[in-house]
Amino acid sequence: MTLFSAAAVGILATLALVMVRAVAGPTVFDRILAVNAAGTLTVGLIAVYGFLDGRPDFLDIALLYALINFIGTIAVTKYVKFRDLGHPARSPQAEEGDV
Amino acid sequence: MMEAVLQTMAGPLTVADWISWFCIGSGVFFAFTGAVAILRLPGVFSRMHGAGMIDTMGLGLILTGLMVQAEEPIVIVKLALILAFVFFTSPTTTFALARAAIHGGVDPAADPTPKADPAPAQPEETDPSRT
Repeated sequence: MTLFSAAAVGILATLALVMVRAVAGPTVFDRILAVNAAGTLTVGLIAVYGFLDGRPDFLDIALLYALINFIGTIAVTKYVKFRDLGHPARSPQAEEGDV
Repeated sequence: MMEAVLQTMAGPLTVADWISWFCIGSGVFFAFTGAVAILRLPGVFSRMHGAGMIDTMGLGLILTGLMVQAEEPIVIVKLALILAFVFFTSPTTTFALARAAIHGGVDPAADPTPKADPAPAQPEETDPSRT
């Protein structure tokens, strides 16, 4: 259907722009931000493709992708901040929070 | 642009199709605008604004437009679940990323406007002061 095809093409163009920032971002936080936005756009792309293919069961995959995107972004952010994923909650830097 | 595409389609559009076209078109527009913001705005903190626009207006309007096209109730429930999840995780991610950026040495109060091109690396990028 034309509607879903146009939406998929628009989301793909948006993904391309975001990935440019993910590659060229000066700081590591720009890259994390861009990859997180790319993951969110991928959720929308999977949902639109499910409708385009006539199989809305793809929404399960989109939901799972949203979950993994959130967990992955938090994990990478924590790793960049603490240089360790097993950082204890109470630490010399505990006044700044764990995340 | 959009009307031209619509006129080439066979048959008249139903009201649900018009609503879907409006929602999905607006959502793609907002998502594209957010991507341009991520690409063009200076500094990581102002780029978070563009990411928030993709998460809320972009994905929200696209999934709302898909809800109108759904034929089974479970599809609407799944789309609403995705929307509710993104509604909570997007601010959380932005919050964690902002704190990590401040912790990592990016000054929110500094003027990140590049002089000529946003491509050259900021001086805050490569400080090895963190352990």
